[in-house]
Amino acid sequence: MAAPWQGVLRKIDDYRWEIPTSYKQGMTVPGLIFASEAMLAHIWEEQVFQQVANVAFLPGIVRNSLAMPDIHWGYGFPIGGVAATRVKDGVVSPGGVGFDINCGVRLVRTNLTEEEVRAKIERLVNELFLNIPSGVGSEGKIRASEKELDEVMVQGSRWAVEKGYGLAEDIIVTEESGCMKGAKPDKVSSRAKKRGIPQLGTLGSGNHFLEVGVVDELFDRKAARAMGIEEVGQVLLLIHTGSRGFGHQVCTDYVGLLGEAVKRYGISLPDRQLACAPISSPEGEDYLAAMACAANYAWTNRQFILHWARESFVKVFAKSQEELGMRQIYDVCHNIAKIEEYTIDGKKQKLCVHRKGATRAFPAGHPDIPDVYRNIGQPVLIPGDMGRFSYVALGTEAAIRETFGSTCHGAGRVQSRAAARRSLRGVDVARSLAARGITVKTGNMASLAEEASEAYKDVNEVVDITHKAGISLKVARTRPIGVVKG
Amino acid sequence: MTMGKDFEILEHTADVGIIAYGADLRQAFANAARGLFSLITELDDVEEVTYRDMELTASDEESLLVAWLNELVYRFGTEGIIFKRFDIIQLDNTHLKARAYGEKVDSSRHELKTEVKAATYHMLKVEKNDGFRVQVLFDI
Repeated sequence: MAAPWQGVLRKIDDYRWEIPTSYKQGMTVPGLIFASEAMLAHIWEEQVFQQVANVAFLPGIVRNSLAMPDIHWGYGFPIGGVAATRVKDGVVSPGGVGFDINCGVRLVRTNLTEEEVRAKIERLVNELFLNIPSGVGSEGKIRASEKELDEVMVQGSRWAVEKGYGLAEDIIVTEESGCMKGAKPDKVSSRAKKRGIPQLGTLGSGNHFLEVGVVDELFDRKAARAMGIEEVGQVLLLIHTGSRGFGHQVCTDYVGLLGEAVKRYGISLPDRQLACAPISSPEGEDYLAAMACAANYAWTNRQFILHWARESFVKVFAKSQEELGMRQIYDVCHNIAKIEEYTIDGKKQKLCVHRKGATRAFPAGHPDIPDVYRNIGQPVLIPGDMGRFSYVALGTEAAIRETFGSTCHGAGRVQSRAAARRSLRGVDVARSLAARGITVKTGNMASLAEEASEAYKDVNEVVDITHKAGISLKVARTRPIGVVKG
Repeated sequence: MTMGKDFEILEHTADVGIIAYGADLRQAFANAARGLFSLITELDDVEEVTYRDMELTASDEESLLVAWLNELVYRFGTEGIIFKRFDIIQLDNTHLKARAYGEKVDSSRHELKTEVKAATYHMLKVEKNDGFRVQVLFDI
């Protein structure tokens, strides 16, 4: 029997599928999905290619509306989507960034081995849980004043480092050096600020977590060494969180404002959640200035969490930070819009690259990556689900050519939260993880079921596609031994 | 319209939504708000000890529904109040006036299940047949 997508999707090769503009009237560029044939079944079932097609309506979009292999159904934009629009005459869409602005991942190396950490894993996970506020509506130990929050919005990670939370070298190995330029606090509503103040320095809930992982396999030893990943069995720490209620309120505010702007600028869209405005319009500029504030808030947030995580390791292992070798490897954001330059039709053009659930993946030699990685390429951090694996990869030239320097961001959900809750109980998930040697600490057992492995695609398959398609190359794989869930 | 049901949960891969019903739009808006807080915690555990008055405007009914639910998300996020009962005092196409009753989160009595972060415009619907049916998807 012919596959149901036959006649709709055009197969380019084993990893690339095109949605021609003829699929839906109003598309100005084709869609391009990176996936294996096996993955298409789910993508088809979810009708997520409809959303890929809808993004192709955005004024000024160039080349393709892109979908990474971890794609799943979002609101407006699909999650795992990339869209680049011309700065000159294109639009910016808050929905193309997402609610959790600068949701991202930070990876830290240690000198510890699996054996050393397993001996104290219960204590370590408990200590991390106590030291780093998490959970629904969690409030932080930092209580920034309004003036201080303004500084956070403009300075990003540096603000926390100058207050003694972390090291100057952390900033160097953070995307954008932990500070997005163009942030204007007066473009952020007082509501967002009010939601942001108590939540600074918190992990949050949902899919956000801390993961103590062990290097399980090395694919590129030279690149791994450049990142301080020396051998199988070495312990790493992964932090996954974003801009909390602050970023959500910025997105909520601007989806509303740009929903009105759409009418003013006569833009016709197939979904209201795609609300957008010309990049050069006052509305578009204001959104980008507010988005930068939220991005900087998120980097500051991860900076605090890194500091407390280091403190926890120091306490549990009774060694100094230097002895533990807890250096940050890199920090990436996977919900963001950035102005970047690409060669389109032989001409250099400034584009606004929306990455919603997609990771920047710049190649070796790119001026925007730190000196330490200039020769190997930008580290790409891809967290999987809490029961399986996470990956470290590298950006490539192919990503620049095909995906505006982007690749996947995680495993991607396949099961709804409600379905996961129905079929699994949090305590059983914790027990089954324990049986696999993974210690989990959470304040919310019910939400644990929602994040079970069964609810996600296999990250191995996702990363294999991006590797084979060449848009990011595998460096190392880690498996979790300890997880803190909000 | 579906009788005897105030609201139901709408499933979605990454997020979750609510379909709420009402004999009139006011009731449908109130039930949507109840649906929202039922995602956050068990409403049977919540007492009515305080209330907040709210007044909102938006460009149409659908936007007003999103604005209403986002107002409640904001109140929960900043004041920590779980609301369980809603009096929609006034409601037309662009304007809403309401009083919401509930209490502050008490972690010894309230188990917080889900952090609802925003109401979205995606799959948003306000429909009138026999009664009203409204649909909204949340970012969680």
